[in-house]
Amino acid sequence: MKATTSFSVFVALACLALPASAAVSVFACEPEWAALAQELGGDRVTVYAATTALQDVHHIEARPSLIARMRSADLVVCTGAELEAGWLPLLLTQSGNARVRPGSDGYFEASQFVVKLEIPKLLDRSQGDVHPGGNPHIHTDARNVARVAEALSARLAKIDAANAQVYASRSGAFLARWRAALARWEHEAQPLKGARIIVYHRDWSYLINWLGLVEAGSLEPKPGLPPTPGHLAELLGLMQREPARVIIYSAYNDPRAAAFLSERSKIAAAMLPYTVGGSDRAKDLFGLFDDTIARLLAGAK
Amino acid sequence: MFQSSNFARSMAIAAGFAVFQSAHAATDDDLKDLREQVKQLREQYERRIDALEKRLQQAEQSAGKAEAVATKAEFAAQEVALQAGSRPVSEGAMNPGISLIMNGTYGNLSRDPATYRINGFAPSGGEVAPIGRGLSLGESELVLAANVDPNFRGTLIAKLGADDTVGIEEGFIQTLGLSNGLTARAGRFLAGVGYLNEIHPHAWDFADAPLASKVFLGNQLGEDGVQVKWVAPTDLYFDAGMELGRGRKFPAGPDNGRNKNGIGSANVFAHLGGDIGTDTAWQVGLSHLRTQPRDRTYQDADAAGINVTNSFSGSSRLWVLSGVLKWAPQGNSTINNLKLQGEYFSRDEGGDLVYDSGGASRGAQSGAYSSKQSGWYGQAVYQFAPQWRAGYRYDRLNAGSSSIGLVSGGARLAADFPVLERYSPTRNTWMIDWSGSEFSRWRLQFAQDKSRAGAPDNQVALQYIMSLGAHGVHKF
Repeated sequence: MKATTSFSVFVALACLALPASAAVSVFACEPEWAALAQELGGDRVTVYAATTALQDVHHIEARPSLIARMRSADLVVCTGAELEAGWLPLLLTQSGNARVRPGSDGYFEASQFVVKLEIPKLLDRSQGDVHPGGNPHIHTDARNVARVAEALSARLAKIDAANAQVYASRSGAFLARWRAALARWEHEAQPLKGARIIVYHRDWSYLINWLGLVEAGSLEPKPGLPPTPGHLAELLGLMQREPARVIIYSAYNDPRAAAFLSERSKIAAAMLPYTVGGSDRAKDLFGLFDDTIARLLAGAK
Repeated sequence: MFQSSNFARSMAIAAGFAVFQSAHAATDDDLKDLREQVKQLREQYERRIDALEKRLQQAEQSAGKAEAVATKAEFAAQEVALQAGSRPVSEGAMNPGISLIMNGTYGNLSRDPATYRINGFAPSGGEVAPIGRGLSLGESELVLAANVDPNFRGTLIAKLGADDTVGIEEGFIQTLGLSNGLTARAGRFLAGVGYLNEIHPHAWDFADAPLASKVFLGNQLGEDGVQVKWVAPTDLYFDAGMELGRGRKFPAGPDNGRNKNGIGSANVFAHLGGDIGTDTAWQVGLSHLRTQPRDRTYQDADAAGINVTNSFSGSSRLWVLSGVLKWAPQGNSTINNLKLQGEYFSRDEGGDLVYDSGGASRGAQSGAYSSKQSGWYGQAVYQFAPQWRAGYRYDRLNAGSSSIGLVSGGARLAADFPVLERYSPTRNTWMIDWSGSEFSRWRLQFAQDKSRAGAPDNQVALQYIMSLGAHGVHKF
């Protein structure tokens, strides 16, 4: 009898202790989704970011540490659209974690909740490393972050129903702040409307579409191929005929090609953080867009 | 809006009607009850429809306020569905992912590759010879893979030899649905012995296998069997696993496995891995392979220069310790990166060795045989500029100790077993490669190969490796 009592006490205590330790473990493929999951989940989630802003997410090694983290994840949040095609499938099969299998609630692909741009009409690798599902760099349009936030919040509520209220209120608060910030960013970016820009890789298409910029060319001759002297010379010719306002590249890109073109064409080059952690100011999603727009404005002066 | 609420109302009425029809034989009381129920139903529906209409209006109002932001995930999902729907769907939509690996070589070798042997070690019978002289087509690989159902994934890798042969390199099913870090596979797969053995040749950093892989694993060991692996729930990566196989290849024997029930080979392995900061990732592994070869044959020439077939029966135990370290500034491998890799092999064999089992020279004679041999390689590959890598590999085999009963007993001369004569081969290999994209690679390799006792071979190889089709995934 005594044993039973102490056992029930133990169970009761264990149940009380559980919520504190049973935070939803989120494995985010990219820093932007890690930041978003943290905004939406607060202390109800523990978030692991598999990559940093200084890494090219197309080329990540399926490292043992990533398999180990995915092994114990409750929710995997990735971009999808073949962005992680070279490493994510291996993590999923090697980690032996059925909770995060594609198609289950524990697997979340952000790109499924937005309208994708640049779905290739011609699927042929002679066009470079094309993504059949469309351009995967969706988060550079801040409106997409809001769309993904809604879906991600609903997903968190689904896999952790006990905290559904928390997720709903956090998401409401986040979206309210985000809408206010959106209006501010769009207002600040007014002078950029119609500005011609040169990009390094086509990871800015959503930003271009959002702020009404015009892509005048890319430093990469084809998506995924590093800049070549011949291609840069061609771009330089184009810039002399029809100059762009600014050359942009991401924190993870080799800055040399942009510097080369900037020096010869006298067009400013601007490093953009691309994602959370890409610059000192880009500490969270708000800082990311604050800094991105500030740098664009400074560069396009 | 009106249309939808009217529609809902008529649906409710129609539902009520259906209830009436099925109840035509009922009593008046029953009918009254039913009428009451239908009335209630109708009221319920009307209330719910009204509530829905109100909510919709509210949603529209708030959506109007936030016109700049269309945050309705549903709308987005609908648009996405539209995008997906516009894609033509054909029978091919469910075809497995297909990819094709093509490779070709040009070889310039100072010695005839047909005479290739690795002295000091019993020939493994695998495809160990260096690449051919002149221009040749290498082995092409055809990969077909898809999920079978929610529980399994299937992969078939056919190798299409330049000599018009077709073989199955791998053909296995693996689990998708197991939890708690468990995965299992069955079929033919590259055995988890050491590090490089599990990696497909097209992803190797050199055009050929290390000498140790050649003498201990017959170049590359693909086993028919089952594998179970468990990944520990810790932040530091740890896995442990076991493979039970048919013993279809060296070091088991005979070729294609024994004609017997049960298990022909057993392998256990474990790996430990992690990161050091953001720049460095590492993994170490240990594996142990045990087989019981029966009549594992190899060709040699005896003291009289006559070609004989010798055969070994007994037990073979192989330990492999491996380590890999990858470094890139900030973990961004696109500009510069370094990969260090090394493996140490140690093998114990004991049993009987039959000289001239085919009776080509002096007739079959049998005696005890035991050996303890080892070998290792270490290599470094550095990407010094985007698309460009250079690498160096050092190979060394230690003949170790071996005793041949027929020789120590005086029945045969040591010269009757020339390939087993004590010798420790070494090789130096340098390579440089250029990858136009992640799907193509050109490689120039130079090797100074001292596998043959007293006859160094200078080997130059130019190689291309291209992959077409579905995007490949590569192990760490």
